[in-house]
Amino acid sequence: MHGSETFAARGARAAEAEDRAAAAALGAGRRPETESEPWPNVHAPDAARAATSEVQKLAPAGRRRALGVFLSNPTAVAGLLILAVVAGAALAAPILFPDDPLEMAGRPLQWPGQDPRFPLGTDALGRNVLAGLAHGARISLLVGAFATLAGLVAGILIGATAGYFGGLVDDALSKLVEIFQTVPGFILLIVLVAIAQPSVPAITLAIGAVSWPQVARLVRAQFRALKEKEFVAAARALGYGHRRIIFREILPNALPPVIVLASVTVATAILMESALSFMGLGDPNVVSWGSMIGTGRDLLRTAWYLSAAPGVAIVLTVLSLNLIGDGLNEALNPRLSGEP
Amino acid sequence: MAALLDVRDLSIAFPRATPVHGLSLTVAAGETVALVGESGSGKSLTALALMRLLPDTARIASGEVLFRGRGGGVSDLARLDDAALRQVRGRDIAMVFQEPMTSLNPVLSVGRQIAEVVRFHEGLSWRAARARAVELLDLVRIPEPRRRVEDYPHELSGGMRQRVMIAIAVACAPRLLIADEPTTALDVTIQAQVLDLLDALRRDFSMGLLLITHDLGVVAEWADRVAVMYAGRKVEEAPFETLFGTPLHPYTRGLLAASPRLDAGQHYSVGALAEIRGSIASAAGERGCAFAPRCAVARTLCRDALPELDAVAPGHLVACPVTTAAIPQEEAHHATPVG
Amino acid sequence: MPLLSVENLHAGYETGGRRLRAVDGVSFAVEPGETVGLVGESGCGKSSLARVLMRLVEPASGRVLFDGLDVGALRGPALKAYRRQAQMVFQDPFASLNPRQSVGEILSGPLAVHGLVPRKERLTAAGDALERVGLPRAALSRYPHEFSGGQRQRLGIARALILAPRLVICDEPVSALDLSIQAQILNLLAGLKAQMSLSYLFISHDLSVVRYFADRVLVMYLGRIVETGSWQAIFASPLHPYTRALIEAVPTPGRRRHAAPLSGDLPSARDVPPGCRFHPRCPIATPICTEADPALRHVGAGQSVACHHAPESALQEGLPI
Repeated sequence: MHGSETFAARGARAAEAEDRAAAAALGAGRRPETESEPWPNVHAPDAARAATSEVQKLAPAGRRRALGVFLSNPTAVAGLLILAVVAGAALAAPILFPDDPLEMAGRPLQWPGQDPRFPLGTDALGRNVLAGLAHGARISLLVGAFATLAGLVAGILIGATAGYFGGLVDDALSKLVEIFQTVPGFILLIVLVAIAQPSVPAITLAIGAVSWPQVARLVRAQFRALKEKEFVAAARALGYGHRRIIFREILPNALPPVIVLASVTVATAILMESALSFMGLGDPNVVSWGSMIGTGRDLLRTAWYLSAAPGVAIVLTVLSLNLIGDGLNEALNPRLSGEP
Repeated sequence: MAALLDVRDLSIAFPRATPVHGLSLTVAAGETVALVGESGSGKSLTALALMRLLPDTARIASGEVLFRGRGGGVSDLARLDDAALRQVRGRDIAMVFQEPMTSLNPVLSVGRQIAEVVRFHEGLSWRAARARAVELLDLVRIPEPRRRVEDYPHELSGGMRQRVMIAIAVACAPRLLIADEPTTALDVTIQAQVLDLLDALRRDFSMGLLLITHDLGVVAEWADRVAVMYAGRKVEEAPFETLFGTPLHPYTRGLLAASPRLDAGQHYSVGALAEIRGSIASAAGERGCAFAPRCAVARTLCRDALPELDAVAPGHLVACPVTTAAIPQEEAHHATPVG
Repeated sequence: MPLLSVENLHAGYETGGRRLRAVDGVSFAVEPGETVGLVGESGCGKSSLARVLMRLVEPASGRVLFDGLDVGALRGPALKAYRRQAQMVFQDPFASLNPRQSVGEILSGPLAVHGLVPRKERLTAAGDALERVGLPRAALSRYPHEFSGGQRQRLGIARALILAPRLVICDEPVSALDLSIQAQILNLLAGLKAQMSLSYLFISHDLSVVRYFADRVLVMYLGRIVETGSWQAIFASPLHPYTRALIEAVPTPGRRRHAAPLSGDLPSARDVPPGCRFHPRCPIATPICTEADPALRHVGAGQSVACHHAPESALQEGLPI
């Protein structure tokens, strides 16, 4: 549980930093061209009269620059590599370990290395730990990704509506967010899962229901700042409708910090699912890292590897997502990415 | 008269660009020197370099910044260590920035902020420093200084905040005041008040005033000597009468022709304004004169070699081989009219 | 009939529980083909006025008539139709273009929303718009950050003109630009006006620019228009002491170190002085100025002034500045 809270706090911090950056960027936008950035227009030769060829030599677009910054960051690339290994294991699990990982595969409680067929040993019921890890990765990533997706969709819709329209709509939706945020997330999650059947889709939706308020708050703050910008006034003056302004004008500008938050949310969702399974509230029909730790707990003194192996898997996966989040933050936040 | 500030061949470099090249400039005591240029000319970076306040990625690549201190000794600010620099900054050289809101600390009263400078440099007690703060607010013509001293920056108007910045700047009677676009953020009636104030302080303290601006009207009215910068280089320097009477560099001429004036007969219904075509960005990667791509009188030689600054008259330096060869008869504007 | 006519318009907003009267009883008209310059210092309400005219902000009272139509009453499709006729060029060329959209998207958006041009031809139309403002067609696939300030302002102008409006409100269109670029943009706007028979409401704090670019000038102070007249009249024989001070305050070559014409700060629109709102700073104020709010009155040759002390027949007397 501690872990989950720390990561939630990190997400909030990332969100806050983004808010500040957004505010600063808005402030900066109001200033006329000054020299605080040397050669602010060096990338744009005089297109007014320049030959076409000259215009085509312009600097690469922002997205490619962001990708460059991300890929030149060694910790972010390390995170990406770890995540790739985990995802690879998840994808390859049915091929490498075609048998049900919940079935007995050999003699129980063999230590790692004892039997070359079980590189990470077997548990008290003779199940292959490595097969469990690989199949568990499927559940962790699946729950993490879809819970985040659900949280993003709900959070963006609600946050955008509240931030864009303001007034009474904002008051009502903000209260809703606050209600969700005053209830401790994990308790709410347990209640939700207890009410529904503990199946993978139910757990995914329940985690999504716990994580949307954070997204909504961030998106609302972004929208409140962005809707004051002149390009939004220009869109209104051009007769654009609300839907077009929200989704085509403002949302693309509000996304970078949301993407950063999303990577941390995936990590949090994985931790939540593991915690649920550890407590025996997970889907009993699938193997999960959390449930593996849970069943290994009784044998912690004699066979600690049963808890350690899935534990390490969780730590590495969550770490990789946080490294990726940091890398994205640096790449997408122009104020942190060095030279102008 | 020995110069107060003598900048010699100053270059400022970023890892991938050199926005200021070989700039030389002098300011004497009691003199107002204007450094004029548009964005990208390097004028604000120059100001920061003189105070050694450059951003982390920038550095002084070469050159000297010789400053005559109170005792008459000359030191090179470009090479001074941090401790010595702190003694100079704010005491002998002070600076006023464009945006008075961001240069003031929002959570301290203005009196406190002035008092802190006085205490740091002159070691006064809090009480004496506060009394001095009231005096200084009075000096910069803030009405009811005794009441205003308790105010926080957000309680003051833009003009008042800029006066407070000036009060902080002149708190230790500096010998040189660098004002970087001090009135750009202010309204025209307030701008006149602030310029008037700066000029009065220059006279009273016989300060050197380095005025960095893009506004030619301000320069014409308040500067004694003018240096025009383009793309990191000084292209023309002259006493103000000469610069506005017989400008020689095509860029200077273009700027003067491009500015609509209150006292001229121009109107859009009669004719277009003279334009300088293109933008400063075309200077990037130019081997010769940086202005050549935009210049109406450029010749092949302009693109091949960097023009030298030539003294065409005492105190009048121009970096243009084309127009200096044709002096002094021809004074027509060389900027292209459009339309 | 004037293209735009504004009658006793009031608008404002709440700050800290108090009502700030940004636009406080403004009336004027813009004739077809005319450039009306609106000049004033920050906080005088000129930008608020622009936003009310564009229906970005709702007026508190008063009427705005465009071609005889009451703009304040327009809803839905009628409002959208008004937007085709009246467009705006914004001050900040960095903030007024969506950084995440390519130039092609920015320029074809209005065509799509108003259903003016079939989908396949939109990019061609956008390219035409670019060429009209002096940018190459190749710029269509570029993003705003790849352009300099002057080029971005050209993009802003292209976007405003792509719907072929009749009125363009220019809110400080050149004040964020370098001097050498300013002239380019002013010439461009003048050329487009002739080509597309536009009318402009040209808002600026820069008197020299307004003098060059306006046919008629409105001088605004604290939410009110204090003087109007032809550009020749306003700059040759300004009658309101504020107009005179504004002109006097502009630093001009040929004059050295003159004293500031006005003392004191611009009062806040939150507490407007009683009587004539200019009286606390006015060099010629008398007791009547603190009591009675002067109305804008006609003083001849299309010039009107809101001052108790402006002479009735000032133009005939040829009053010197």
